[in-house]
This record gives sequence, structure tokens and C-alpha cells, in this order.
Amino acid sequence: MNIIKILAPALAIGVFVGAAVAAEPIATMRGATEIPEQGEPPRMTDWNNSDKRQVRNYPEQPPIIPHKVDGYQVDLNSNKCLSCHARSRTGESGAPMVSITHFMDRDAQFRASVSPRRYFCNQCHVPQRQVEPLVENDFVDVDTLLDAKKAE
Amino acid sequence: MLNMIKSYWRVFRSPAAHISLGVLTLGGFVAGVMFWGGFNTALEYTNTEKFCVGCHEMRDNVFAELKTTVHYSNASGVRATCPDCHVPHEWTHKIARKMQASKEVWGKIFGTISTREKFLEKRLDLAQHEWARLSANNSLECRNCHSADSMDATKQSLRAQEAHAEFLLTGQKTCIDCHKGIAHELPDMSSVPGWQ
Repeated sequence: MNIIKILAPALAIGVFVGAAVAAEPIATMRGATEIPEQGEPPRMTDWNNSDKRQVRNYPEQPPIIPHKVDGYQVDLNSNKCLSCHARSRTGESGAPMVSITHFMDRDAQFRASVSPRRYFCNQCHVPQRQVEPLVENDFVDVDTLLDAKKAE
Repeated sequence: MLNMIKSYWRVFRSPAAHISLGVLTLGGFVAGVMFWGGFNTALEYTNTEKFCVGCHEMRDNVFAELKTTVHYSNASGVRATCPDCHVPHEWTHKIARKMQASKEVWGKIFGTISTREKFLEKRLDLAQHEWARLSANNSLECRNCHSADSMDATKQSLRAQEAHAEFLLTGQKTCIDCHKGIAHELPDMSSVPGWQ
């Protein structure tokens, strides 16, 4: 995270300079559609609903939700996610328990259940749709990077 | 002339010894058909969504919430209306439920949930009545459409398959035990087992 923070401005400048040099128009999500025109929206796609745990791309990544969460109510009244992922519910549901890190309050005290600041699951955990990424991405994870280094 | 009038009057005044049976039977039958038809028509009228959302309590709270859910809007366009889930289809149980519903008329008259605030305050209570009813009748209203026999498990997601195989098909649990809050928003669930 820290490395990214340090590198981010440098990267941003690099991208900016690169863009200026290449003078490539930046494609926005509306593509070539003129501003007064109404573009054709992309088709809605299905949710990834495999229920298989997905490997994280980097250790700090909040695990993505491998199932649909349509209509899941998470508010002051109830938390639908916790009706399976709460510690006491995992036996019946077979779902992974909410990480113990989520029980810690801002004074670094571990509490009996999920701390209010970690209560809103969808702030970090999101389901995925079956779509092609909008921009090209050649991210490689750190293990692959290290393996490549070792191989040199 | 006077005699004729007198004889007519006598006929008119004297009880009809033979016609009465026929009149009573036929008249009773016709009146019965009319009453029964009228009663059922009126009953069925109260069993429509149009009737339910005729009151702002239903229209602005529970019906507005239903509209965002899969029981109102979905790919196939088959949808559930209020009585599909809240009134048993079978006659005796329907009448029993309709008699209970007289309390809802009372509530309407005295404005028990006439504002959003009052409704939210009362929501847990109301929801618990429905959960208790559906637990007691083994989620009968769900099963009017969703039959366990017709569920194709292979078309369900993995966790749905597992949960249904373990809890539904063995009869350990009934639909409402897990599927709460599918058509309306949930009340404060902190006192409900299995929720936080």
C-alpha cells in the first residue's frame, strides 16, 4: 500500500507526460458517442455465481463475493450477509466466517462481533459480473513477479 | 262484486298451504345463490392487490418495497400479488384469515400505522405475525408456486443446492426460516434468532 502511495504521483506524472507525448485521445466510457447523443448501453451481464472462493490478486485485497447479492439488506435493521457469515452461523451455512480483523474497533480492541465500522460489507466486498475489463490491465501478482526474478 | 272482493281478500289473507313450500324452496334457492355469489364476489374483491393498495398504509410502505424485489419484477414476468402470499388459497383457511383480517380494519379505522413512523415502529410485530403464520403452515403460500418437487437443483447455485438438500428436503426447515425479507424490507432483526 505504501509503495503504491509513493509511486502513485510518479506514475500519474508518467502517464500524463506519456499521454501528452502520444497525444492519444482518452477513451471515456461513452466511447465515440457525441455528448448530445444517447449511446447504446452495453447489455447487462450475469453475476458470477459460482460459489467458489476466488484467489486474491494481492494479499490486502478484500475477497470478492463469488455469489449474487441481489436484494441483500444491509442496514441499521439487519445484515443479510451475517446471517451466513457470522461466527455463530457458519456451522449451518458452511460460509467462511467474517475475518477476526473485522471485530476490532478503532481502539484496537477485539469485540464480540463485527465492529460497526466494518459492518457494511459492500464497502469493500463486491460481487463480479461476467465482463471484459474496460481498460487493458497487465497486472501480475507479487508471486509471479518474484518467480520471474528468481528465474533470471 | 263485494263477494268477489271478499273472496279475493280471503285468498290473499289466508296462508298458502301448497304454494308456500315451492316458494320457500325456490325463493330460498334463488336468495341463497344471490347471497353466496354476492358474498364470494365481495370476498374475492377484498382478495385483490387493487383492494390492498387502496389504502395508503399498504401502497406507500409494503407495496412500494415489493416493487424492487423479484416477486414484482423479473425476467419471466410472472409475479406475486399481495394475496398470493398473505391469504391462503384454500377456502376454510381463507375464511379464517379473512376473519383475522377484521383486526386490520380496526387498525385502519384507528390509524394504527397511519404514518411511516408508526409503521416502522410496528413493523417487527407485524412481520413476526407473518413469520409465525408461515412457520405454522409449513410456508404454504410459498409452496403454492414454489414446489420442492419441481425445483431443479442442478439449475441452482452450489450453496442453494446444498442448503435445500440439507434443510428443505429433509424437512428440517421451511422456506420462511431462511427466506425472510425477500419481498419487503426487514425490521430490526437483532431479536430474531439467526440474525444480527
